[in-house]
Amino acid sequence: MGAASRSESDLPIQPLYDGAELDGFDAAAKLGTPGQFPFTRGVYPSMYTGRPWTMRQYAGFGTAKESNERYHELVGAGTGGLSVAFDLPTQMGYDSDEAIARGEVGKVGVAIDSIEDMRTLFSGLPLDKVSTSMTINAPASTLLLMYQLVAAEQGVAGDQLTGTIQNDVLKEYIARGTYIYPPKQSLRLISDIFAYCHQEIPRWNTISISGYHMAEAGATPVQEIAFTLANAKEYVRTALAAGLDIDDFAPRLSFFFVARTTLLEEIATFRAARRIWARIMRDEFKAKNPKSQMLRFHTQTAGVQLTAQQPEVNLVRVALQGLGAVLGGTQSLHTNSYDEAIALPTQKAARLALRTQQIIAYETDVTATVDPFAGSYVMESMTDDIEAAALELIQAVEDRGGAVSAIEQGFQKAEIERSAYRIALEIDKSERTVVGVNRFVLDEEEPYEPLRVDPQIEVDQCERLAALRKERDNDAVDRALDAVRVAAQGTDNVLVPMREALRLRATGGEVSHALRDVWGVYVPLDTF
Amino acid sequence: MKALETRKHPSGTATPRARVLIAKPGLDGHDRGAKVIARALRDAGYEVVYTGLHQTPEQIVASAIAEDTQIVGLSILSGAHLSIVAKVISLLAEEDAADIRVLIGGIIPDADARALEAMGVHAVFTPGADMSGIVETVDQLSVMIHDGALEYV
Repeated sequence: MGAASRSESDLPIQPLYDGAELDGFDAAAKLGTPGQFPFTRGVYPSMYTGRPWTMRQYAGFGTAKESNERYHELVGAGTGGLSVAFDLPTQMGYDSDEAIARGEVGKVGVAIDSIEDMRTLFSGLPLDKVSTSMTINAPASTLLLMYQLVAAEQGVAGDQLTGTIQNDVLKEYIARGTYIYPPKQSLRLISDIFAYCHQEIPRWNTISISGYHMAEAGATPVQEIAFTLANAKEYVRTALAAGLDIDDFAPRLSFFFVARTTLLEEIATFRAARRIWARIMRDEFKAKNPKSQMLRFHTQTAGVQLTAQQPEVNLVRVALQGLGAVLGGTQSLHTNSYDEAIALPTQKAARLALRTQQIIAYETDVTATVDPFAGSYVMESMTDDIEAAALELIQAVEDRGGAVSAIEQGFQKAEIERSAYRIALEIDKSERTVVGVNRFVLDEEEPYEPLRVDPQIEVDQCERLAALRKERDNDAVDRALDAVRVAAQGTDNVLVPMREALRLRATGGEVSHALRDVWGVYVPLDTF
Repeated sequence: MKALETRKHPSGTATPRARVLIAKPGLDGHDRGAKVIARALRDAGYEVVYTGLHQTPEQIVASAIAEDTQIVGLSILSGAHLSIVAKVISLLAEEDAADIRVLIGGIIPDADARALEAMGVHAVFTPGADMSGIVETVDQLSVMIHDGALEYV
C-alpha cells in the first residue's frame, strides 16, 4: 500500500481504510438520527427523499427593469426562490453617479439607488409568495428596508416576507472586500437588524454566515468552516450582548459554503460543520430550540476552480462540485456557469448550470436515501479529522480575542493568503493537476463570445438619479438623514430612521454616507 | 526615473529589476490574484508595493509616481476593466509618466485584451495564466526598460 496522500486541508487520506480507524466509534453520539442533534447526517429527518434542495441561481442584470423581466420568467417557470445580485456601487453604499462608481454600474449585478429602482425590480411579483435572497452585506439594512417598503406598497406585511440577506460583514474584512464601516460599528448595525427583524420581519433569514468567499480567496476546507463558525460565534455574542434571547434569533441564522471538486473531503466538511455548530449552540450558548442548533446552509460551486482554458470542461467540474454539495446535505445550491472565468455568464451557460442540478436531483439516485455516506470508514474518519482540526483553529481565533480581534490583527487573512500562495505554487510546478491548464492543454484555444453589459446602463442610471434628486422633497430627506445620524450616535435602532429616509427617497448612497459620517470607514491592515 | 537596481538571477547573472506597484482599482474586493502575484514577484526579488482595495485611477497613478515604480500591475475582476484602464493610461500620460508600463490581470475577454493592448497595456493575464510566466514577463520588461528598448503608444 502506498503512502497517505494529503487532503486540501493538509490532513492525511489513507490509501485504504479497513475499519480499524473506527474502533470505539460511538454512532449514537457522533451521528445520531437525521434531523436530530448533532445533525451530522442532515438537519431534516427525510432530507431530499421528501423534496430536493432549493435550486437558487444567483443572477443580476444591469437594470432593475431587465432583472424584473427575468424574475417574471423564473417565477413563471416555477421558481420560488429569487436570488438578487447587486452591482458593486450598490454593495459598497455608493450611488451610480459617484466618481468611484465609474465603469462599475450594472456590471456584476443590478444597480439599486433608491426605492424607485427597488419598486421596478419587484414590480408585479407576489412578495408574499416568493422568497428572495439578497447578496448584500455592508448596506444590507438599506436594501432590506427598501424591500419591506415596496412590499408594504403591494399590501404585503413584514410578517409575510421570506428571504435572506447575506449581511455577513466579518467575512468581508477577511476575504470579499466589500466592507464600509469598522468592525464594531458593523456589528452594532447587524445586531439592530436582528432586533428589527424579530419585531417586523420575523420569517426573514437575517444573516448568511459565509465561508464561500474565504474559500475563493484560498481558504482550505478546515480554514473555511473554522473561520466561518468563529465569525458566527461573534455574531451570537453581539446579539446576546444587545439583550436578545438566543432562541429568538438563532433559528434565523444560516450559512453559506463552497463546494470544491475534492468530493470526499467536501462531504466530510459539511458533516463536521453541522456537528461542531450543534455542540457550540447547545453547550456553549445554551440554545434550547433544536432549530437554533441546526446548521442550515446554502452552497455555491467553487468559481475559483473554473478555468478560462477549454471553458466547456467547467461543466464537468461544476457537476462534481454540485454532487458533493448534495451528498453533504445542502439546503440550497447555486451551480456556476461554465464561462465564469471568462466573463459574466451568457443565458445559455446559466441554463446549463441549472440543468446540471436538475440531473443530480431527478436522474441520479443520490436523493433516494438520506446521507448516503454515513458509516463509511473513510467518510467518518475524515469527518472526525476535519472536526478536530477545525475546533483547533476556532480555538486559535478565540485565543486572539475572538473573530473581530483576530481580523484586526490580520490573522485569518494571512492564514488564507498563505494557503492561496501554496496552491498557486503547486499549480505552477505541476504538483497539482488542473486539466487544460497545466496538463492536457490545447495548442490553440477555441474563440469564445462572452456576454457584454451595455455601458448605456450607467448613463441611464445617472439620469434617473438626477431626476429623483430634483423631484423629491429634499428638505424632508435632509431631516431624515439627520435622524439617521442621531440614531447612529446613540443606541436607538438605526433601522427605524433609515426606513423613513428611504421612504422619502433618500438614496442608498446617501444613507450609507450618513452612517459613514458618524461611524467612519474601515481601513485594513494590508500586507502580503 | 531612477535607474533600475539589479539583482542576481538564479542563472548567476545580474539582471535589472523594476519596482512594481500592484493595484486594485474600482470596487472589486477580490484580491487573491493580486496578493499571489505580489508575493511571487517579491519572492523573485522584486520590490513590490501593494495599494490595497478600492483605489481610484487617480490614487493609483499618484502612488505609482510617488513610489517611483516602473511597472504597474492592475487586477480587475468586476468587468470594469475597459473604462478603468483607459483612465489610468490617460492619467499616466497627463502626469508625464507614460513610461510606466501597465500589466493587467483579471477576467478579461479576448477581444477586450486586444483593446487593452491597443491602449498601450504591455500584457494581459487571465485566469490560469502561470505565475512563473508572469514573473518572466516582468523580468523581460525590466530588461527592456533598462535598455530603453520600449516604444510608447
